[in-house]
Amino acid sequence: MDLVFVIIVEMLYAVASLVLISAGLAIVFGMMKIINLAHGEFMMMGGYVTITAVTLGANVFVAMLIIAPLVVGLIGLVVERLVIRHLYGRLVDTMLATWGLSLFFIGLATMIFGNTTTGISTPISGFTVGNYQVNGYNFFIILVSIVLLGLMYAVLKGTRLGLIARGAMQLPDMAAALGYSPERIYMATFFCGSALSGLAGAILAPLVGLVPTSGGAYIAKAFITVIAGGPSLIAGLMASSGLFGFISQIFTFAVSPVMGEVALLLAAVVLLRLLPQGVTGKFFRGRL
Amino acid sequence: MASFWAKEVPATIIIAALLVWIMPMMIGTYTLTVLVIYGMLGFSLGLIWGFGGILCFGQAAFFGLGAYTYAIAAINIGDSTIPMLLAVLVPAAFAALLGAMMFYGRLTDVYLGVITLVVTLILFKFISSTAGPEYVIGKARLGGFNGIPGFQTLNVPGRPNDYIYGDPYFYFCAVLLLIVYLLVSWLLKSSFGRVAVGIRENEVRVALMGYDVSARKTVLFSVGAAVAGLAGALFANWGEIVTPNLFSLGQSAEIIIWCIVGGLGTRIGPIVGAAGLAYLKFLLGQQSMIDNTLLTGIILVLFVLFLPKGLVPAIVSLWRISFGQRRRVPRHGARRLRSRSAGHG
Repeated sequence: MDLVFVIIVEMLYAVASLVLISAGLAIVFGMMKIINLAHGEFMMMGGYVTITAVTLGANVFVAMLIIAPLVVGLIGLVVERLVIRHLYGRLVDTMLATWGLSLFFIGLATMIFGNTTTGISTPISGFTVGNYQVNGYNFFIILVSIVLLGLMYAVLKGTRLGLIARGAMQLPDMAAALGYSPERIYMATFFCGSALSGLAGAILAPLVGLVPTSGGAYIAKAFITVIAGGPSLIAGLMASSGLFGFISQIFTFAVSPVMGEVALLLAAVVLLRLLPQGVTGKFFRGRL
Repeated sequence: MASFWAKEVPATIIIAALLVWIMPMMIGTYTLTVLVIYGMLGFSLGLIWGFGGILCFGQAAFFGLGAYTYAIAAINIGDSTIPMLLAVLVPAAFAALLGAMMFYGRLTDVYLGVITLVVTLILFKFISSTAGPEYVIGKARLGGFNGIPGFQTLNVPGRPNDYIYGDPYFYFCAVLLLIVYLLVSWLLKSSFGRVAVGIRENEVRVALMGYDVSARKTVLFSVGAAVAGLAGALFANWGEIVTPNLFSLGQSAEIIIWCIVGGLGTRIGPIVGAAGLAYLKFLLGQQSMIDNTLLTGIILVLFVLFLPKGLVPAIVSLWRISFGQRRRVPRHGARRLRSRSAGHG
């Protein structure tokens, strides 16, 4: 019984962390059809911002939930103005340019923070269920990702800004004709996407030792989750995170964590072969 | 085809011979060898990306596969000739399987990128986790993150104790690169190559003409992987160790950067890009002021923004503008257009 509970929590945690690390990329890809390969480095910077803010005396939760998203969002804004806006509509070129940016940020972080592992302790302590130790922080991550998905849905579906954004996503010319500059909408979208990446990096920072290259661990997973999710933003994110989280945890428990990762990647290859347009290209069509 | 044998082949051989003669006077052969190997690796991606339009994010997978195949086979066999052949064949076969899966599934750009990236990651993760003694192929332990050291390096065929290393090894690599270059040039000049370029330009049209697009893409992908595998085997011989880092994302990124900087759609561009950037990295590695990765990143971003076609095409067009014969302007069309618009006015 205890084991079942632990496994369920771990499963939910795996799904939640996939949602968290993919959300920023999903927004940028879903809205702007841009693959931001510097996404992992945005997360890495979110982590560093949190650690720096905490060592300077800020509250951990303030640093994670407010400071890190804001700072990384602003960095994203600068990146969008300087590089990405010149490359709209050129999918492969944006991938290459953002890959260059990711290398740039890795180099920058190495020069500033050094090639050493830094970290902070988790702010929520664990507890025991029967014979098993459960990390209390996992519940926080699950909570945050549920709130995040709810917020994204509410903003996109319920507010006027969300309406404009969805309109610009479907038909940018029409949005422009109605007086909304797609350029500014894209800018705002990229800000939001970067801020979400920063948030994800900040929240995951206490769980991992942070090095300048730790973004690389996230980018592939985020990339796969978003592409496998397909055109619908939230439904796709939930579907592919659920599927991949489930598969990787089954193999993690049954064999080993490495096999869990490999199973996740293999599942992605098979899935993309069967459904090249992603899960929501076939199912849940037209949903948000 | 006639001018290819009469002009291009001799010219290429003469230029290559000159370079092989002059370059060792400026750069040590040990460094030059790895530049040649990287040139071959860049060339392999330049072939499938520049001429086939297949953007492979995981060319490093075939490079690493070639290197590991060589190392494992060399430990088991003890002579380098068959391992060299295997190091070409195994990546080619692997790429044929992977390519068939992708191209018969009609996957394109982003999805192709994701799958090749993922396959590279799977190999990286798997090889990195093989530290335990249970991971053995024949006599070779896979060694996990530490890689495989101490395998038989290149020797004269049939005589395992006559090693080829140092200067002769450099000449060996250079000649192999030349042979690969000529073979690929011949392939591109043949009808297969022309159809490949046609597929790059307009896949649907070539398919409607009755060519089997999926099969041709698979074959081209496999040829590219064979070249990358050969480069991997040469690299294994040069470094005398293979590690999972050969499969890393950073390695894949670098190959793509070489192609972009050198120039896509040219044969010489990726080679120049690879050798040039690798040498730049070597020079930059000797200083510690600015981080190396940061500069690589800046170079990639600047090239994508300002010179997306790469160095070689830019230099060629600059040369044409300054020195080349001006092509005669087709006057007929211009006059007809003018008279017609005059008639309407």
